[in-house]
Amino acid sequence: MNFCPSVVRERAEVLSNTLVNSEYRHLVAACGPLAASAAPGQFFQLLCPASPGNAPFFRRPMSLYGADPAKRQVEFLYKVTGAGTRGLADLHPGDRLDMMGPLGRGFVLDPAWKSIVAVGRGAGLATLAPLAQAAQALGIAVTAILSARRPDLVVSDALFRSRGATVLTVTDTEGTSGPAHVEGLLRGLIGQGSCDAFFTCGSSRLLRVQQRLAREFNLPGSVAMEQQMACGLGMCFCCVRDFNVGGEIVHKRVCWDGPVFDVLEALP
Amino acid sequence: MMDRGTTDMAVTIGGVRLANPVMPASGTFAEGLSSVVDLNRLGALVTKTITRELRTGNPLPRVAEVDSGMLNAIGIPSKGVPYFLEHTLPLYRQWVPPLVVSISAPSAEHFAHLAAEVSVPGVTAIEANISCPNIEEDGKAFAMRATSTETVVRHLRAATSLPLWVKLTPNTGDMAEVAKAAEAAGADALVVANTILAMAIDLQTFKPRLGNVMGGLSGPAIKPIVLRQVYQCARAVRLPVIGCGGISTAADAAEYMLAGASAVQVGTATFLHPGAMIDVIDGLARFCALHGMASVTELVGAMKREEADEDDVTWAEPVA
Repeated sequence: MNFCPSVVRERAEVLSNTLVNSEYRHLVAACGPLAASAAPGQFFQLLCPASPGNAPFFRRPMSLYGADPAKRQVEFLYKVTGAGTRGLADLHPGDRLDMMGPLGRGFVLDPAWKSIVAVGRGAGLATLAPLAQAAQALGIAVTAILSARRPDLVVSDALFRSRGATVLTVTDTEGTSGPAHVEGLLRGLIGQGSCDAFFTCGSSRLLRVQQRLAREFNLPGSVAMEQQMACGLGMCFCCVRDFNVGGEIVHKRVCWDGPVFDVLEALP
Repeated sequence: MMDRGTTDMAVTIGGVRLANPVMPASGTFAEGLSSVVDLNRLGALVTKTITRELRTGNPLPRVAEVDSGMLNAIGIPSKGVPYFLEHTLPLYRQWVPPLVVSISAPSAEHFAHLAAEVSVPGVTAIEANISCPNIEEDGKAFAMRATSTETVVRHLRAATSLPLWVKLTPNTGDMAEVAKAAEAAGADALVVANTILAMAIDLQTFKPRLGNVMGGLSGPAIKPIVLRQVYQCARAVRLPVIGCGGISTAADAAEYMLAGASAVQVGTATFLHPGAMIDVIDGLARFCALHGMASVTELVGAMKREEADEDDVTWAEPVA
């Protein structure tokens, strides 16, 4: 009886589940020590409650927004987009959330780095957020470039700031979110020595910009990828994507081989 | 410590002794599950289907959720036999339960070659997935017909001395005849069944919800159908039948065994609840203990049929 799981399924207690803007909700759940030790970039498979007319069959992958081993809590930041997240939005404090995790390979920070840049858009902003605390713990400075349609839809900015990160917000309505403008920002950061590595999630256009710069300046980078999933444990092979590994196009499972991949292997 | 009852849970399937009658369905199991559950608790381990040729699998999306089930058209991605022998097989040796290797091939001859290639130490039994298309019969699955079933199973039987489990397709009108053909050709056990051919269309995009358009339906939606097929097959042959179709709980497993299954495979349920097989094992043991059974085998085919005389049956409408 010495079996020791690295992933647990548990019925976590919802502590809060609140709107943070017109699109995103923030859910905090009390969980066991294993789940609370989740690393940045890892994810959970949530069994979302059924809402009227909607009974999601699969679990829904949800990237980690925050984990606190001392308080034994995990946090998720999500946008209500379909049957699963509609069910999540109905959860109230005291309700139970059936979750399985932590899953997948997360972000890896090299303690030798002095500063990193996190570039995200949409749901990717939530996925990148836990990097702020992890980098702060290692004394690595963070510049976060957060992209959204409108200024009021930017999320994670307060969290990044609270961990000492420099936050640059770019939005569609202000005309600052285009790849050319973001590339200019990144070139500036590289020029001043503030980018030892890229971390990105949520935008194919911005991924392409970072891939170009990573090649040009020989910088490492990581990207968190999304894909429809069923099992979350590498068993069903439904979440494969194409990756370029040394010039060869190969399938990798986002749930098991990722969701964090080398920025140069990813195909946007 | 959980009380696992006093019922002996061991079963023997086609010459293979299993500590309990619960195992994964091929394609829904890989080593990743060991990060959540203790695989040594399972009755057997069943690999994903391997093929001789390298296969990348089908276009995306490969799965879709439907009411009470899922559609899949994964397309059997396979890294081939050398990879299996060098990597997969040694990996599975760390676990105690017997290893059943699922194989598939496009012709009877290829099936035979593959069976011989994987008949190596460490492999306990072969599960031949003859639900795949047969290129010699216009792509119809071998197990759709008794004749092609008999041909492929004869080739397999001649190619290996390992216990041979034959996995049938539910997509045939003549389950019992196919089962008899597999038995006559030398199968040691039948796995009944596989996914049911199905499809779904997205009403927003007008596109099929699977990249492959058609795929296999699995999950609770198919349980009553496959349960009936297990019943039909178990009555038609002397071979042990392994039930596989929408089993999520111990109650489902008990129902399958009452219908005639000697063991069960759990597939789609594991995607939702990684501990589903463990729950089925523990629940089945409790169920048997509750019914005072000394052995789980007492459940097999124990469905009771009313055989009352016609005279005793009252056909009158019940009085309101």
